[in-house]
Amino acid sequence: MKILVPIKRVPDYDTRIRVKPDGSGIVTEGVKFSMNPFDAIAVEEAIRIKERLPGAEITALSIGTEESVETLRVALAMGADRAIRVAIDADMDSLAIAKVLAAVYHREKPHMVLMGKQAIDDDSNQAGQMLAGLLGVPQATFVSKIEMGQDGATALCSRETDAGIEKVQVRMPAVITTDLRLNEPRYVSLPGIMKAKKKPVEELTPSALSVDCVSRTRVLSMEAPARRKAGLRVKSLDELIDRLKTEAKVL
Amino acid sequence: MRKTLVLIEHTQGQLRQTSLHALGAASELAAVEGGTTEALVMGHGVGAVVDALRSLGCARIWAVDHPQLADLTADRCADVIAQTVKATEPSFVLAAASTFSKDLLPRAAALLDAGMISDVVGLKKEGDETVFKRVQFAGNVISTVQLSGALKFLTIRPSAFPMANRNATQSEVQDFPWQPAANVTWTQVVSREERVEGRPDATEARIVVSGGRAFKNSEDFERVVGGLADALGAAVGSSRALVDAGITPNSLQIGQTGKVVAPELYIALGISGAIQHMAGMKDSKVIVAVNKDPDAPVFEAADYGLVADVYETIPEWTRRIKGS
Ligand SMILES: Cc1cc2nc3c(=O)[nH]c(=O)nc-3n(C[C@H](O)[C@H](O)[C@H](O)COP(=O)(O)OP(=O)(O)OC[C@H]3O[C@@H](n4cnc5c(N)ncnc54)[C@H](O)[C@@H]3O)c2cc1C
Repeated sequence: MKILVPIKRVPDYDTRIRVKPDGSGIVTEGVKFSMNPFDAIAVEEAIRIKERLPGAEITALSIGTEESVETLRVALAMGADRAIRVAIDADMDSLAIAKVLAAVYHREKPHMVLMGKQAIDDDSNQAGQMLAGLLGVPQATFVSKIEMGQDGATALCSRETDAGIEKVQVRMPAVITTDLRLNEPRYVSLPGIMKAKKKPVEELTPSALSVDCVSRTRVLSMEAPARRKAGLRVKSLDELIDRLKTEAKVL
Repeated sequence: MRKTLVLIEHTQGQLRQTSLHALGAASELAAVEGGTTEALVMGHGVGAVVDALRSLGCARIWAVDHPQLADLTADRCADVIAQTVKATEPSFVLAAASTFSKDLLPRAAALLDAGMISDVVGLKKEGDETVFKRVQFAGNVISTVQLSGALKFLTIRPSAFPMANRNATQSEVQDFPWQPAANVTWTQVVSREERVEGRPDATEARIVVSGGRAFKNSEDFERVVGGLADALGAAVGSSRALVDAGITPNSLQIGQTGKVVAPELYIALGISGAIQHMAGMKDSKVIVAVNKDPDAPVFEAADYGLVADVYETIPEWTRRIKGS
């Protein structure tokens, strides 16, 4: 079984994001970058599947700048077997990314694509679904539990929806996108890091894959959202209820 | 003539209120772009939903009623949307951002080679182009985005657009003859939790009472948070911490990766105010925070903050409402 895990390097969830004064983007100086948390969950899940199905091979894939190789090394240190970087120097939108992923998919022919449901920088939540559409394969999105069928030909996936949990049975090959509660990713170990150094990282380009990756969306500018006015500390429940009734008029 | 096709969402035979906001967004789009709004309803037995839509100002309602659409999985729905779009040639396909449309709209966009913008909170004309405002980076950034191509896909934040107005004219209803491919194996839905009746959904409620890690177990959460919510006729919500701990179901999670709500009143009980949580509630009209830590970041966003123990204060609040 071959599992393809696309991953993205993003500003760490714990860093403060600030918009540049000219609105051309976010300040990246001094910002820590990490693997998108949902992608780390996808890597972890792939490793757990491999632990149950020995012989499985995990390929981590990142479409990004030179620095994304560092993020791929983290996936390798966690336990992925090999890595591919598709080199791009400017951001691409989800559809363009999905087209590159589809091209790599056709080259690698995995049984399953496991990826994060959203990247916490763009917050678009599109790429996995678009990939599944381009490939014409089933999808299970926002998944918090995966039960692989005996032969690995199907997976029973629990999806987190607005109404609650929905369980779907998907036939492989399929695209599965991860939600937060699927697992807790392991920390990388020192031996893991040492081993990762010897694992192969292949470099590709969109043109080598013959993908047209023109983005349809273009970010013209960014701004910080309006800040809420500092509020009031009330001294008691009485005062709170009174102000909600007479001042805010919401009760 | 420009047309916007609005994807309608329904649960248990009822039109979802979020779709009324999607129709509201479509009329804002029509105001800047010109053109008309059409609605698409998919499912099996959608008559009541179609009826509920008829006075909402759509030029036409496309109904796709088919036994194979009893389960609205992304593969089926994306196929329906692709066929409808090819036949009716809209310029925009638009839906409210929910787990339903987030699942299937990007897939449909890819089938049609169309670009997509998620979580639109505003739109305006700039020169000849309509540009869109959307939220990213856990609510830390509002970006202005341009989308090119003859066909464009959008999801909108329901809280950012008004609901469509009801009017006297009845929309024309037309069945769309979906042709499912003969030999496909659709994704099979094995089971589905339906939202429990009784309390409103947090995305649709006027008041949301939300609880965080202060609550030690489901019984306490239900008694304290649920108790106040019921007394106020409010919806309940929770932070991720409680969902992870198995104390609340995932359908209650508010935040960057949960539901985004903007009620008139949001009451945060024992929630610290992590940026990922605030991303889902900071556009509420009035925010109340009750937390025993005077330095909790949630107070920075709260209109009214009370430093207190939720276990003591909240049951007292509930008692007073019931007593009055
Ligand atoms: C990728 C990613 C996505 C995330 N998405 C979300 C999301 O969508 N939604 C979300 O909520 N979180 C999300 N999180 C998690 C988020 O970062 C926080 O960990 C989480 O919101 C904390 O929940 P909390 O405020 O309930 O818990 P805590 O941060 O532990 O805060 C508990 C608060 O309760 C107070 N307290 C304790 N006991 C009492 C008492 N008796 N009376 C009064 N106050 C009391 C404490 O003072 C404290 O302020 C995400 C994290 C990541 C990494």
